[in-house]
Amino acid sequence: MSFEMIVPKEKYDVAIVGSGAGGGMAAKILSEAGLSVAVLEAGGFYDPAQEEYRTQLRWPWESPRRGANTVRPFGDFDAAWGGWEIDGEPYLRKNGTSFDWFRSRMLGGRTNHWGRISLRFGPKDFKRKSIDGLGEDWPIGYEDVKPYYDRVDKLVGVFGTNEGLEDDPDGYFLPPPKPRLHELYLKHAAESVGVPVIPSRLSVLTRRVNEERGACFYCNQCNRACNVYADFSSGTCLVQPAMKRGNVDLFTNAMVREVLTDSDGLAAGVVYINTKDLQEHRIQARVVVLGASACETARLLLNSKSVAHPNGLANGSGVVGRYLHDSTGSDRMAILPALFNRERYNEDGVGGMHVYTPWWLDNNKMDFPRGYHLEYWGGMGMPLYGTGSGMESLRQHIRDEFGNSSPNGGFGIGLKKDIRTMYGSTVGISGRGECIARYDNYCEIDPNVVDKFGIPVLRFNYTWSEHELKQAQHMHDTFEEILTAMGGILVGEKPGADQEYGLHAPGRIIHEVGTTRMGNDPATSALNKYSQAHECKNLFVVDAGSFVSQADKNPTWTIMALSWRTSDFIVEQMRQGNL
Amino acid sequence: MDRREHLKLLLAGGVGAGLFLATGCSEEDRRQSEEILRDTGYGYGRADYEEEHDRKLFSETFFTETEFEMVKVLADIIIPADEESGSATDAGVPDFIEFMMKDYPPFQLVTRGGLMWLNNQCNSRFGKTFLGCNEAERLEMIELIAWPDRAEPDMQYGVRFFNRMRDLVATGFFTSRMGVDYLGYQGNRPGFWNGVPEEVLAKHGFEYDQKTQDESIKEEDRYRIAEWDDDMNPI
Ligand SMILES: Cc1cc2nc3c(=O)[nH]c(=O)nc-3n(C[C@H](O)[C@H](O)[C@H](O)COP(=O)(O)OP(=O)(O)OC[C@H]3O[C@@H](n4cnc5c(N)ncnc54)[C@H](O)[C@@H]3O)c2cc1C
Ligand code: SF4
Repeated sequence: MSFEMIVPKEKYDVAIVGSGAGGGMAAKILSEAGLSVAVLEAGGFYDPAQEEYRTQLRWPWESPRRGANTVRPFGDFDAAWGGWEIDGEPYLRKNGTSFDWFRSRMLGGRTNHWGRISLRFGPKDFKRKSIDGLGEDWPIGYEDVKPYYDRVDKLVGVFGTNEGLEDDPDGYFLPPPKPRLHELYLKHAAESVGVPVIPSRLSVLTRRVNEERGACFYCNQCNRACNVYADFSSGTCLVQPAMKRGNVDLFTNAMVREVLTDSDGLAAGVVYINTKDLQEHRIQARVVVLGASACETARLLLNSKSVAHPNGLANGSGVVGRYLHDSTGSDRMAILPALFNRERYNEDGVGGMHVYTPWWLDNNKMDFPRGYHLEYWGGMGMPLYGTGSGMESLRQHIRDEFGNSSPNGGFGIGLKKDIRTMYGSTVGISGRGECIARYDNYCEIDPNVVDKFGIPVLRFNYTWSEHELKQAQHMHDTFEEILTAMGGILVGEKPGADQEYGLHAPGRIIHEVGTTRMGNDPATSALNKYSQAHECKNLFVVDAGSFVSQADKNPTWTIMALSWRTSDFIVEQMRQGNL
Repeated sequence: MDRREHLKLLLAGGVGAGLFLATGCSEEDRRQSEEILRDTGYGYGRADYEEEHDRKLFSETFFTETEFEMVKVLADIIIPADEESGSATDAGVPDFIEFMMKDYPPFQLVTRGGLMWLNNQCNSRFGKTFLGCNEAERLEMIELIAWPDRAEPDMQYGVRFFNRMRDLVATGFFTSRMGVDYLGYQGNRPGFWNGVPEEVLAKHGFEYDQKTQDESIKEEDRYRIAEWDDDMNPI
């Protein structure tokens, strides 16, 4: 299948940049409303149902590196073309700060291998400043987004349970899978120390939602992208179906370098570089929709300077690139002796955890302002690169029937048996929390460096504040409490202040949002409450750039709900002749 | 199945691969289909630049013949055969280690240097290289570096080297078909997850409470298109 030979229309109703969660949803909704749509995607065509792309159900030995992450950052079978670094497409950091940026260059963007954790924001998540005085309130509330969350649930599919939790709202869920054994251990331990555990919420089809997609067959490999489309990817579930129904032209290997504006300062289309032959092309459109991912969208806007927009497009306020924030993240692992020599059975399950913990405490009683949720891992997963290693320090935890511990290290049949004994006995917890958006955390155009397409690149400035550090410290107390209550042997040391309490570098949780935030005041926001640029009425953003705050939730469900809402708005405005 | 049937299933696209593996094909079918996949040049879902990268690595050789012999001996000391399975070399581990040297260049110097260090030690102790030593001498040497908690300070170079070899050999073995079978991993096949088997649950003192049983997915519902009642609950 090749979509590169299309002859572009003279003018499209809408040009969409990027085919990830935000761009894919816009392509579907806008094309189904009868608009002609061009989707410009910097990466290549990808479809996990086609044999040439399939990594699902492959055995470790099919990879010469046994699944190691020397080529693909999340392992050799992971469905991501791209990573933390991309050849010829650098980014920089400022002032000795850190930010790591994960990009996927492919149809569907990062939704091919994402974790499928699909959480709604709750009513308070849109109004945090009113609660604790920090950051900013969204110009919209849960009631504005709820109808779209409902539609996304039904269209895309997500399993979970209605628990009646105020800030983790109910939804149209599919039935969840039962917990695995280590998840039962974790659940009982957590509940014994007052931490609630409920079924997780993942966009995996435990039941079918339409005739085009199959049901999950439990291979635990969603990050490899699903052959029968039983997990959500934008390419398989939004863009390709939209293309089948017509009205969508997909341009792959099309790197947009600039949004064109006319003499009135309105968007006129985009310029892109074909990454294969390096030729430049133009696409004319009545409306331009950016879904290149939060930082790429900021980069595009800042690189789209014109007489009408000397500061970059939609950037009269100077906030484009500002208020960048990623989730906080830290983790801890333990060995659970109760699982040594465990009975073997197929424990793959879905490609992610079956249970999780939404934020359960009251920040009024804590010394940090925002919450975090807990993700759990472990189990008898497929052996991949790394299996059997670390015995120079882990082997001591194995005891024989007389209680004598094995010596660390070693070799021979005893070692071989001990590795088998230990298989499937490690468990872990990850905390993922809300970082407060700050003006001082930002990306901007580097004045000196261009990428291999000649496009100026981004540089980042990002630090954690005391709020995030205190939150991470609390995470680690929680990890230890649960893992110890479970009877686990903690692995490694608890990180202290000198290690920023084990906080991963900014960007590492890959929930970066906020770079073109929405608001009612054009002086402090780039977009209005429909994600329409204040200064350019036919320009819209449908990725997480529009987020005002991140919540202690993963962003993608909200990206899709907001993209749908913006798409409805575009259709409506076009009907009324306003665009 | 004959070759054509294999190909038809594999190339059908759509649900091809999932169905193929769902049909409960035999071990022999699986082996054949993998060979066919190799012949047809499909790799394992590689992008062009990745295929090129792998081809390049495969065309290079890192270990000298002598080094590779040493790696083989060490591999089988670390993971020997027993009554349940073959050894690391039976599972093809040395080839995997050769590949990893090129795939992750930081391994190169420390491994080459470590092998030389081992030869130096054997030369001082026994007047022979590691390969020249007999089995008892080799094991005497390995004993000095295999146990990190009790090794002498001047053996630390060897300890570090051997830790890395242990990791590489173990991971190479347990990700080979032989090692995966020895480990008893049961997954990577289409099926239905209906929870932990009863007897295992009981052994660990758990049961699924009524709420969990009621709300969880039932096998007979999986292909039914989802619908919800007015309270947002699936029906
Ligand atoms: C390993 C991993 C796990 C994750 N787990 C979760 C999770 O469990 N839950 C969750 O909610 N989120 C998760 N995320 C985050 C999630 O993937 C993103 O939030 C989501 O994909 C963002 O959607 P997007 O449309 O904004 O951008 P993307 O999905 O990144 O798509 C952007 C697309 O735009 C294209 N593009 C960029 N620049 C240009 C240009 N100049 N011209 C043309 N095209 C361009 C890119 O190639 C890409 O295809 C995870 C991410 C990763 C990497
Ligand atoms: S776990 Fe289910 S949804 Fe995920 S890839 Fe496997 S079959 Fe598909």
